[in-house]
Amino acid sequence: MAQATIERETKRPSGRVRRRPGAALGPWPLRGVALLYLGLFILLPVAAILQRGFGNGLMNLRDAMTSLGAWNAIRLTLVTAALTAIINGVLGTLLAYVLVRIRFPGRDLLSAVVDLPFAVPTLVAGLMLVALYGPNSTLGGWLEHHGIHIIFAPLGILLALLFVTLPLVVRSVQPVLLELDPAEEEAARVLGAGGWTTFRKVVFPALRPAIAGGALLAFSRSLGEFGAIVIVAGNIPNKTLTAPVFISQLINPTNYGGSGGPDQAAAVSALLFGLSFVLVLLTEKLVSSPSKGSES
Amino acid sequence: MSTQTREPSQPAPIDRLTVTERARNSDAGRGRLARGLMLAVALLYVLALLLAPLGGIIFYGLKSGLGAIGRTFSLPDVRHAFYLTFVIMLVTVAVTTAFGVVVALLLARDRFPGKRLVSALVNLPLAVSPVIVGLMAVLLFGRSGWFESFIAARGIQIIFALPSMILVTIFISIPFVVREVVPVLEELGMEEEQAAWTLGASRLQTFFRVTLPNIRWGLLYGIALSTARAIGEVGAVLIVSGLLQGRTETATLYILRAFDQFQEQQAYIVALTLAAFSILLLIGIETFKRKRTREAS
Repeated sequence: MAQATIERETKRPSGRVRRRPGAALGPWPLRGVALLYLGLFILLPVAAILQRGFGNGLMNLRDAMTSLGAWNAIRLTLVTAALTAIINGVLGTLLAYVLVRIRFPGRDLLSAVVDLPFAVPTLVAGLMLVALYGPNSTLGGWLEHHGIHIIFAPLGILLALLFVTLPLVVRSVQPVLLELDPAEEEAARVLGAGGWTTFRKVVFPALRPAIAGGALLAFSRSLGEFGAIVIVAGNIPNKTLTAPVFISQLINPTNYGGSGGPDQAAAVSALLFGLSFVLVLLTEKLVSSPSKGSES
Repeated sequence: MSTQTREPSQPAPIDRLTVTERARNSDAGRGRLARGLMLAVALLYVLALLLAPLGGIIFYGLKSGLGAIGRTFSLPDVRHAFYLTFVIMLVTVAVTTAFGVVVALLLARDRFPGKRLVSALVNLPLAVSPVIVGLMAVLLFGRSGWFESFIAARGIQIIFALPSMILVTIFISIPFVVREVVPVLEELGMEEEQAAWTLGASRLQTFFRVTLPNIRWGLLYGIALSTARAIGEVGAVLIVSGLLQGRTETATLYILRAFDQFQEQQAYIVALTLAAFSILLLIGIETFKRKRTREAS
């Protein structure tokens, strides 16, 4: 009720805006500061990339796609990101379920460890994988001997992405699971449903938007990941070169000995950016819609 | 399912158990097995994916011994790298905290057309590749960039220098404070603020005496996440820094160069230092998160 009144007041055509206590600064200074901040720091750079990426037509994109191996880089990125989303979608949901529904000693510790990727720099995460699985380490040497290549191979990219995105899925599913009344599951079980049936018919439908949201978040994060991958992948063109690393080589060819230039980089970036933005909007819709439904 | 077994059941002869009761009992057994299995898989996954690599870097970082660690930290490049990371972190956290609270107030309290779009804009940096963020800065401030002539006329160095490195880090760290503070504000409602305001407190008084204390744990949680991101940023900073050794090299960029130049030992030691700091941050993150959840409920 109160919300509705406020809304009507601010929308009054007289132009006189009521002072509202919620805002520390008045509504207009607050709006001004916030929008200027977001406009300067986010909107302006985004406009620059779209203008440069699409401004010169799609020629640059075609150049990059055909001659420079952009397509292979994008395909590798899409495949590893999709695998990451699927694997962490399943195991992240399992982890969230374990953290919420099962009581065991060390549960708080496990919950903290799941957040580790939020705290650790992604580059350090990549270096961790090299330390563990690199050809110079004991375990890496043993695996290499048995024909399993992790570092400088697609498997390493996958491991790095799984590391970085695990908390995204867990933290997306966990709050929804906490809200879900265990009584529903018990009711299903009392009525004779097995554990798996209960999960499939009762728990999963309630979690579906959160799982999809978390997996999408993991997917879009994987599309753009640089730090965790750059050391692990070895960046072999057409083999282990992902799109973000490819773009970094295009921007500054001297950095890593690539070819091309900023125009091609902008074109590939604009493509990747457009994909990410659509994914953000989609995730936003998925994550926000169920909570709205429960409010009304 | 475990509640079923914990209930004191009547000692009844087996043949008098109904079919459903028998099914329930066997289900409880299977349920316990399934739970144990789920727990085992979850623990194994976390152990293999997250903890084993952490163990790996601790082992290889410390293997070189204290002498090597001391030598690494006496290198001027390493010291400067840490100093630069610290400066970038400080400015980034200050900016994203102050403006983040303003944006959070706007999203939680204000109503205006296009609010969803603003919310999407705030979350955008989470989805954009850091490399693309770096490219954005190059397109704005670099050669033939939008502001190139403006900057050149004033003799300011932005690209390949500290300002651009700070700008890209701010871009990437924007979402964290906003995302953590908005739900707390929404949960909080406006009653207390209205009360303070009715009693004659000014807007700023209301904010500092009522709102800020109420959102402090959520805010600290956001700040901790923001700090972690600012320290760990590498992709965007790599693009705009120009990789000037000992001048625009942050701790993460130092690791990258040391690794490329086969000085893996130094890379491990610097990385281990960052990892140790991030674990301290993680403890803060967990504490703030728990207090925030308690505060919200």
